Amino acid sequence: MPIEVNGKTLETDEEGYLSDLNQWEPGVADVMSKEDDLVLTDEHWDIINFLREYYEEYQIAPAVRVLTKAVGKKMGKDKGNSKYLYSLFPYGPAKQACRYAGLPKPTGCV
Amino acid sequence: MAKADFEVPELKEYPEIPSITPGVMAHSRPFIAKPEHQEPLHFPGELVDNWQEKAIAKMGELQGKYRSLQVYLDSCVKCGACTDKCHYFLGTKDPKNMPVARQDLYRKVYRRYFTFAGKYFPKLVGAVDLTKEVLDDWYSYFHQCSQCRRCSVFCPYGIDTAEISMAAREVMDSIGVGQKYCNEIIGKVFRIGNNLGLPEPALADTLEGLEEDVEDETGVKVRYPLDEEGAEVLLITPSADFFAEPHVDGLIGYGKVFHQAGISWTLSSAASEAANFGMFIGSYENMRRVSLRIREAALDLGVKRIVFGECGHAWRVAYSFLNTLAGPFDFLDPRYPVPQHICEVTHDLIQRGALTLDKSANDDMVLTYHDSCNVARASRMGNKPGGQFSIPRDIIKASCNHFVDMAPDTIHDSTFCCGGGGGLLTDDLMEIRVKGAMPRMQALKQVVEENGVTHMAAICAICKSQFTKVLPYYGFSMDKIVSVHQLVSNAIVLGDKE
Repeated sequence: MPIEVNGKTLETDEEGYLSDLNQWEPGVADVMSKEDDLVLTDEHWDIINFLREYYEEYQIAPAVRVLTKAVGKKMGKDKGNSKYLYSLFPYGPAKQACRYAGLPKPTGCV
Repeated sequence: MAKADFEVPELKEYPEIPSITPGVMAHSRPFIAKPEHQEPLHFPGELVDNWQEKAIAKMGELQGKYRSLQVYLDSCVKCGACTDKCHYFLGTKDPKNMPVARQDLYRKVYRRYFTFAGKYFPKLVGAVDLTKEVLDDWYSYFHQCSQCRRCSVFCPYGIDTAEISMAAREVMDSIGVGQKYCNEIIGKVFRIGNNLGLPEPALADTLEGLEEDVEDETGVKVRYPLDEEGAEVLLITPSADFFAEPHVDGLIGYGKVFHQAGISWTLSSAASEAANFGMFIGSYENMRRVSLRIREAALDLGVKRIVFGECGHAWRVAYSFLNTLAGPFDFLDPRYPVPQHICEVTHDLIQRGALTLDKSANDDMVLTYHDSCNVARASRMGNKPGGQFSIPRDIIKASCNHFVDMAPDTIHDSTFCCGGGGGLLTDDLMEIRVKGAMPRMQALKQVVEENGVTHMAAICAICKSQFTKVLPYYGFSMDKIVSVHQLVSNAIVLGDKE
């Protein structure tokens, strides 16, 4: 199912991830979150931006622990846990946040 | 509770055998592999033109190669002992999820082309042509089997539906009809080294982070080494241990055990995966290619022992097949089993008094233990029969004060699958995963209500991820599932022995 972002048509795969990850722009996250009835706040964007930075360096999504540690450092220890991440992204940080951020889906026994 | 666009089974007070609802799961089909997922595994990219002829030839080849397959196809007497033993049948009510019916999907085609009666009087013996409709049914229902082998325990002939499932998937792969989830992942193992696609720099960074965390928490420098030549032990563990929760808490525990026992160890970036999805798709060739990485890593790093982390089907492949797939392992230390399970290592150390465990560290939990199917029914541990049941429980009891087993017909070799094994741990199969988890959830609910159980421990990455996802559908919190070595990690006293 293709999505419309700022007048452009972007292809997605059967699971809703961008087919060409290089086409990502912030509007992608806005469009995808609207489809999920989720309003993106600055807190969501902090996560999305961290995911993108990590992905640019390592070509993979960060492990949950790497992510929660980074969030804890930046936003306070009470937020450095998966509960906080799930409160932002109910379908899971790996699968929902990665999709919004234009990262490939983590595969395997996760 | 998690949202579902299907009906979540109700947990009753006692297990009930449901009345059948034919065809209710016929719509359940995982995404089909694309050519780029098929070709690295040496399978055709899409359905080949003469697929029927090719499929029948492949069936003949497999029957010749695996004598067991032919015996299973010939020996069923339709006694019905298996019909109510499959968690997917109990959770879905679909009669094609009865093990005998699942086998018959294959058997009726086998009869048509390979038996005298089926060739000349097909209707008399329930033999049918391999049509597109039959192939579609295969794709649907052979991806509703987690190859857990519970039915085979109750079959008086020992017919193993898992093996028929594997054969069916191999036949489908050989004509270009593969499952995206498994085949994409096997490709990643070949390309990058693990199911996740975690490259070496990310792995190194993740492990470094763990060392910092453990030092922060305990004040002790516990190492999580990568690619260290000359280490005694090569640890092969599922990549989910690096990535997900509660898996990583288990990995932290393995490191603490090695540290405290003074055993030098290393992970390998080339063989950074224990899982071997080649088994799920019944492909000997791919299972072998995945296994050979482990041999190469062991030789490259010059280790003396190979130890497997908490991963169910990996342990089946390791315990039952590794020697013939990738052996001989005559370069390893013969005083240790090849390979060894991390639970065997820890259990042995506990028995010798080499570890100090403070059980009170886990006093906030009442534990139960989920036997993972491939460990329970397809392998063993230690040097006594039933070691695969007693060793993990002994470790839990040595680390915790409060332990309760679930109902006897749901544990040990009668254990119920988590519902996500055998290559079904993918979002596109969420309905069958949730429904298939019902019998385990029912048994869990009982000990939660009667014994105040708060957490369930397991030694399989698939089980852990599956439960994290499905527990909320049944009203439980996702963090109810823990790693066995997470409990060890909480209880172990680091530093010099007093």
